[in-house]
Amino acid sequence: MSTHAKTISLTINGTRVEASVPPRQHLGDFLRERELLTGTHLGCEHGVCGACTILIDGEPARSCITFAVACDGRSVTTVEGLDDDPVAAELREAFSAEHGLQCGFCTPGMLVAARDVVLRRPDADNPAIRTAMSGNLCRCTGYVGIVNAIRRVIDARNTNAG
Amino acid sequence: MKAVDFDYAQPATLDAALELLAREDVMVRPVAGSQSLGPMLNLRLAQPELLVDITRIAELRTIRQEGDRLVIGACVTHARLEDGDYPDVTRGVLPSVAAVIAYRAVRNRGTIGGSLAHADPAADWVNVLTALGADVVIAGTGGRRSVPMTDFILGVFETALQPGEIVAEIHVPALSDRARWGYYKVCRKTGEFSHATGAVLIDPARGVQRCVAGATSGKPVVIDGPALFADGCTEAAMAAHLAGSPAADDPIALRTHTVALKRAIAQVMS
Repeated sequence: MSTHAKTISLTINGTRVEASVPPRQHLGDFLRERELLTGTHLGCEHGVCGACTILIDGEPARSCITFAVACDGRSVTTVEGLDDDPVAAELREAFSAEHGLQCGFCTPGMLVAARDVVLRRPDADNPAIRTAMSGNLCRCTGYVGIVNAIRRVIDARNTNAG
Repeated sequence: MKAVDFDYAQPATLDAALELLAREDVMVRPVAGSQSLGPMLNLRLAQPELLVDITRIAELRTIRQEGDRLVIGACVTHARLEDGDYPDVTRGVLPSVAAVIAYRAVRNRGTIGGSLAHADPAADWVNVLTALGADVVIAGTGGRRSVPMTDFILGVFETALQPGEIVAEIHVPALSDRARWGYYKVCRKTGEFSHATGAVLIDPARGVQRCVAGATSGKPVVIDGPALFADGCTEAAMAAHLAGSPAADDPIALRTHTVALKRAIAQVMS
C-alpha cells in the first residue's frame, strides 16, 4: 500500500464518492477495483487501445493514463452510467443490429467514443467516422459493423432533426 | 504496467508549483495531462518520487492575444486548440494540426506545453511550432526566460529546460494575409506516432520560406530558403540536409522523409 495516499472527492455516474487513493493508481484500476465498475475494460494500459475510454466532465478520456488522484472534484461517467443516456441507448441497439461487436471487450470504450462522434460530428461521413474512431481498437469485427452502427445512429438523428 | 509508488501534489499557483519543483531531496517531475508521461509511468520508463500536477494553475490555462502574437498557456489542451475558441492568428495552423494529434480522448487531456516538454521528435507541436517560429517562455524560481523553438528542442526527449523549470507559455507569431502553410505526416495508422513529418511555412510579408523535417530521431531539421520548393525536394537534397541523423543512412527513412516534406510543400504550392 502506498505511503502517499490522498483523499479525493469526485462524482461517479452521478453519485458523490470520497476515497483515499494511492497517487500511482490510475483511474481505470480505481473504477474497477474500488468502485467495482468492471464495465471499464483495461487493454493495453498505455493509452493505445481505447478500451478504457470513459468520460471526465463529459469529455472522453483514457482512464489508464489518467490518475484517479488527478480527478479530485471531477465528474466521471463510465459505461454503466450511460444506461439512461439517449445516444448511448441508440448506439447499443445499432451495435447489436449492425454486428458492431463480437467478444465485446472493446465495446465499452467504443460506445463512449462513438457517443462523442455522434454528438460532436453529426456531419461525419464514413471516412470521418473511421478517423474519429481510430483510437479504439477492435480485433473481432474488422470495424465495418462499428462504422455502420454509428452511421445508422447519425442518420436517424439527422432525419429526426430534419 | 503499474507506475512506481510516487507522491503527488496539485498546487493552485505557479509559485507554489515552482517551489515544489525546486526540491532537491526528491526526484520530482511536473505533469499536465499525463498523456505522454502516463504511459511512461505505467511502463516504468519514468520513476519519479513526486509528481507536481500543474493543470489547476489558472494562468497556465489561458489563451490571449498580445499585439501580433498569440500567447498560449502551457496547460491548454489540444482539444481546445482544435475547437478554436480563440483568435487564430495562424490562418488555421493551430486548429488543423491539433485535430490530427493522436485521438480525441487523448486531445481532451494532453496539453501543448506538456507535448513540448516531453520533446518526442514525432510530436506535432515540436515540428509545427518550429516551422511557425514560436517562442517558449520558461518559468523557474529564478524568473522567466524566452527561448525560440529552434533552441528549445535539443534532441530526442531533450529540451532547454533546466531542473526545476517548466514551460509556462508558448508565443506564436501571427501569419500575414499572404502566408501559406503545409503539413504532412506519415503514420502507419491514423493518430499513431509519425515516422516522418513535413511542415512548411511561406510568409512573404515576413520573409519566411521555411521547411521542417520532423520525426528524424533528433531535433527538427530546419531548412530555410527557397531551395526545396518547386522541384528541389529530392532524396539527394534531403540526404544532405539530414546528414548526421540516422534517417540519412537508411534508404527507407530517407524516402519517407522526402515524401512527407514533398507533400507538405505541394499543399503550399497548390
